[in-house]
Amino acid sequence: MRLYLGATVLIGLLVAVVTVAQMAFLSKIVDRVFLKAGGGEQAVTLLLMLAGTAVLRAGLLWVRETTAQQGAVRVKNDLRERLFAHVLRLGPAYANSERPGELTTTLTEGVERLDPYFARYLPQVLLSAVVPLLVVAYILPRDAASAVLLVVTAPVIPVMMVLVGSYAEEHTRRQWLALSRMGAHFLGALQGLPTLKAFGRVAAEEEKVERVSGEFRERTLKVLRYAFLSGLVLEFMTAAAIALVAVVLGVRLINGAISFQDAFLVLLLTPEFYRPLRDLGIHRHAGMEGKASAERIFEILDTPVPPDGTVQENLSGELELSFSGVRFTYPGRDLPALDELSLTLPAGSRTALVGRSGSGKSTLVGLLLRFLDPDAGVISANGVPSGDLPAVAWREHVALVPQRPHLFYGNVLENIRLAKPDATRSEVERAAELAGAAEFIRRMPHGYDTQIGERGLRLSGGEAQRLAIARAFLKDAALLIMDEPTSSLDPESERLVRDALDRLTRDRTSLIVAHRLNTVSTADRIVVLHEGQVAETGTHAGLLERKGHYSLLADAYEDVPV
Amino acid sequence: MRVFLRLLGFMRPYWWRVLLGVLLGVATVASNVGLLATAAYVISAAAVVPFLAMLTVPVYLVRLLSVSRAVSRYAERLVSHDVTFRLLAELRTRFFIRLAPLAPARLLKYRSGDLLVRVVKDVEELQNVYLYSFSPVAVALSVCALATLVLFTFDPAIAFVALGFLTATGVGVPVLVRALSKGLGRRQLRLRAELDARIVDDVQGVQDILAFGREGGEQHEISTINTRLGLVQRRMALVTGLQNALSDLMMNLAMVAVLIVAIPLVAAGEMDGVFLAFIALVVLGSFEAVAPLGAAFQVLGRSVGAGERLFEISDSEPQVTDLPEPLSLPQDGTLALDRVSFRYDEDGSPALRDVSFVLRPGSRVAVVGPSGSGKSTLAGLILRFWDPDSGEVRLGGWDVRCYAQGDLRAMIGVVSQDTHVFNDTVRNNLLLADPEADDASLYRAIGEAHLTGLVEGLPGGLDGYVGEQGQRLSGGERQRLAVARALLKDAPVLVLDEATANLDTVTERELLGTIRELMRGRTTLQITHRLVEMETMDEILVLDEGQVVERGTHEELVRKDGQYRRMLAVQDGMLATA
Ligand SMILES: Nc1ncnc2c1ncn2[C@@H]1O[C@H](COP(=O)(O)OP(=O)(O)OP(=O)(O)O)[C@@H](O)[C@H]1O
Ligand SMILES: Nc1ncnc2c1ncn2[C@@H]1O[C@H](COP(=O)(O)OP(=O)(O)OP(=O)(O)O)[C@@H](O)[C@H]1O
Ligand SMILES: [Mg+2]
Ligand SMILES: [Mg+2]
Repeated sequence: MRLYLGATVLIGLLVAVVTVAQMAFLSKIVDRVFLKAGGGEQAVTLLLMLAGTAVLRAGLLWVRETTAQQGAVRVKNDLRERLFAHVLRLGPAYANSERPGELTTTLTEGVERLDPYFARYLPQVLLSAVVPLLVVAYILPRDAASAVLLVVTAPVIPVMMVLVGSYAEEHTRRQWLALSRMGAHFLGALQGLPTLKAFGRVAAEEEKVERVSGEFRERTLKVLRYAFLSGLVLEFMTAAAIALVAVVLGVRLINGAISFQDAFLVLLLTPEFYRPLRDLGIHRHAGMEGKASAERIFEILDTPVPPDGTVQENLSGELELSFSGVRFTYPGRDLPALDELSLTLPAGSRTALVGRSGSGKSTLVGLLLRFLDPDAGVISANGVPSGDLPAVAWREHVALVPQRPHLFYGNVLENIRLAKPDATRSEVERAAELAGAAEFIRRMPHGYDTQIGERGLRLSGGEAQRLAIARAFLKDAALLIMDEPTSSLDPESERLVRDALDRLTRDRTSLIVAHRLNTVSTADRIVVLHEGQVAETGTHAGLLERKGHYSLLADAYEDVPV
Repeated sequence: MRVFLRLLGFMRPYWWRVLLGVLLGVATVASNVGLLATAAYVISAAAVVPFLAMLTVPVYLVRLLSVSRAVSRYAERLVSHDVTFRLLAELRTRFFIRLAPLAPARLLKYRSGDLLVRVVKDVEELQNVYLYSFSPVAVALSVCALATLVLFTFDPAIAFVALGFLTATGVGVPVLVRALSKGLGRRQLRLRAELDARIVDDVQGVQDILAFGREGGEQHEISTINTRLGLVQRRMALVTGLQNALSDLMMNLAMVAVLIVAIPLVAAGEMDGVFLAFIALVVLGSFEAVAPLGAAFQVLGRSVGAGERLFEISDSEPQVTDLPEPLSLPQDGTLALDRVSFRYDEDGSPALRDVSFVLRPGSRVAVVGPSGSGKSTLAGLILRFWDPDSGEVRLGGWDVRCYAQGDLRAMIGVVSQDTHVFNDTVRNNLLLADPEADDASLYRAIGEAHLTGLVEGLPGGLDGYVGEQGQRLSGGERQRLAVARALLKDAPVLVLDEATANLDTVTERELLGTIRELMRGRTTLQITHRLVEMETMDEILVLDEGQVVERGTHEELVRKDGQYRRMLAVQDGMLATA
């Protein structure tokens, strides 16, 4: 970036030099023709020189624009990729506490707004410091009085800009907020449209949209009004200086204190003196926009990622998993979601996790996958704290069916292959078969190539869930974790999945969260979670006998009169 | 072009402001030309006249023009931007209003990130149409005419040379630039939409990406789009640079050309040399009016592309429409499906075939059946998110197409399978169902949904935030929030689509009991694959591959030894094998 910035500024300086030369030629020509009644030979060479500078200037302008953009594109791409990587690293806990519409706006439009900042504003800051001096240096020997006049008036511009700017800066920040809020709002509204319609709230939403976009309009106009105001001042200064210089020069010409050629040149150079400052004023607005979004960008980049493990432990074979004294409290909540939880999943065993809604089952899963970090206690695999391993390496050992699986825009094949991008077609088909998904996939219009829509919206609830199961089966990891994998399945599909599980989990450690006790009853061991703590553990039969939490859950429907 | 004209058409209500903007624009450029040229004249004249007093008029003119230049420019910008942003805000709202009736049927093929880009950025993109195309052209035309007129009074040849260069810059450069940047703008729009869509999808699915270790892959995808976008932007910069350079070159060459014409005239004494500088600066100054046209035409393709993307959506016909004069709702709230068939895609298999049943007021009907058999589709048709291909859904004996959609939906409380919970407070999520509800009724609904414990534990209680898609709640809590919302609506018909799928058995049982109490005397349609409490249903429909294969009460169906009994056996059998 430095390189491009330097090059842009250098070319900018060259443009200024060429412009001064051009004006010098012009004033000379006019002088010759007008006063010396010259013409002929000398005028021809001068005209040629004038044309030459014009061509040179044009070429320089072209190069300047491309160089500036080149640099800006690099900065933007680099930042966007870093941002995206960082958001991924921060994980679901962060993504759920932010609004995806806002994050997306920052990643796309926010980064885009840096363009004018890097391509125009930054080079202009340097140019506006140097070019006016250059011009004045050229004028000084020709007409000291005008040079002094220019030097005296020039500082008014930066001072005005700072004054107006400090107000505008605040408004620019608010305008950026309004924009990202608008993004967040619209994404929520778009994805929730069916729900809004079902509740007859579309008209109210339309009003809200009107308000949100109205607010954005007002914020934008407010910012622009400041930008225009500083434009007015700059414009006025330039115009007034031209008028003043012209009159002063006129007086001195009449007194014979200056030659016409010099006077005309000074007049021509006066706008050139102010031009960089004026451009600075124009680009400053864009620069401030960039700054406002940069604040947000760096806020995201500065969100600390919890320290990642670095131990290169090779976990192979079956995994024994243990939680000891694990405690976790969600930010803002008073009560811990998990409290002093200790639990061992023996290697190769099948454990079922049950408990009332909200008892902390999914939280436990989140901790296991390292989406969350425990406040206290450790989770270890074969004696190695999972937190000591790099998260990516750790997750390679785990296959997950989340409680709310996300299906991506694309076709069936791509979605199952998420688990293993290089899986062959037959591997995918086998996984689908095991998940009880093969049949409905075959019946779809294009089989495995059928588009399933964003978030799997073109599938039924149970179909989407089976794709997520197929995904986990395809991954074939040492540890299989499923958070209510059959909540949307009919008994028959559920049985298929359970049979597959029976086969698949024979030689691997698994943890299945379930509310349906018929899913869990064949597990080696059932763990009952209650208010963030392990309340009971045992087998189906053993727990039923205990008449504790489990039997309450199991007997919920026993006494229904048939 | 049609799209462009259509976009311009939106300006009509603001025509007088637009006109004012154009006049101010002309004044801005004219003042500048006048200022520079008159100043040049002042010093030229000063070189030949003995007293400054002889130049009083031009000197005053210079001062006047310097003020009018600054003021008219300020005013022009205020007026034009005010109109433009007013228009954009209006277009955005209008677009959303057109979008709403399309959901969900017509919008499924779009990605939400793509729609987001359309609503936010594509609309924003249109400012180029309003700010940089119409009025700059008008200003350029007027200024060119004025400049030519002024130059004509000195010499026709000079005027024609200047006009030639102005035209070449104002028409030639834009045409060239358009040709060079053809397709780039549209490509940029497409890439930008793809980037947004992908980021939205990835942010919302970050859990699955991490769980399957796909960070690298997704980063690579983003990086690819990014690189392609960068390439387009660099190409654009190449054109922008060329266009700047060409305009600048033409401006300077125009001046040289005018001098070439003028010098012999002065030498021959046909023109007073005192005006030479004046003429040169008139030519230089008028280019301020034509120079922006190149830039405008370069982005015009993109703006028109953005317009097309907006019209593509706003011109779609909704799948479901209201009659011009819908019936008012009937007294009789009987819902009936009569031989309803439906398929989502032309080339897909039917989701429903010849389904008929009646939901009498006060009755409780369950719909069960394998996953994918069409249960949720049924709910979608009752709510008129889709209309059947054949057959009728009737309310009070009339096809539901005869009623206004809003009226129909007001009759139905629904907990859909993929309920959307908004990233807002518990309160605002509930108020969706009844904006006027007071705290007491909110708490009542929360209690009925067995959520009291959660709300008490939530920081801020009712005003606690539930997170994006309700992700700060547990799965079962989110579902109960949806139930509370449906209950708060207090509608005569309640449709529950797998409303207890994520609940533990105890909570489920309690909740179903409460709902049964609350809906006494009203209609409930319960879609489920959990064969519990089926004994309490007035009728059970068993759906398979879109057809009703069995119907009857629990007892009848158990006796029948059909699909229902098999489902029941599988469900219980799983327990038995334990
Ligand atoms: N992101 C979050 N921020 C704050 N609180 C949360 C968050 N996720 C869950 N909780 C709270 O933590 C508790 C445990 O939630 P968890 O999701 O672990 O429950 P669960 O046992 O999986 O329940 P369910 O069976 O309903 O899915 C709940 O009270 C829930 O409200
Ligand atoms: N928007 C859609 N576009 C195309 N096909 C769809 C769409 N929604 C559902 N389908 C298909 O229509 C069929 C019926 O789906 P529906 O959602 O009604 O099933 P369901 O009985 O509710 O299943 P589940 O118990 O799994 O929720 C399925 O085969 C599904 O793939
Ligand atoms: Mg859970
Ligand atoms: Mg369904």
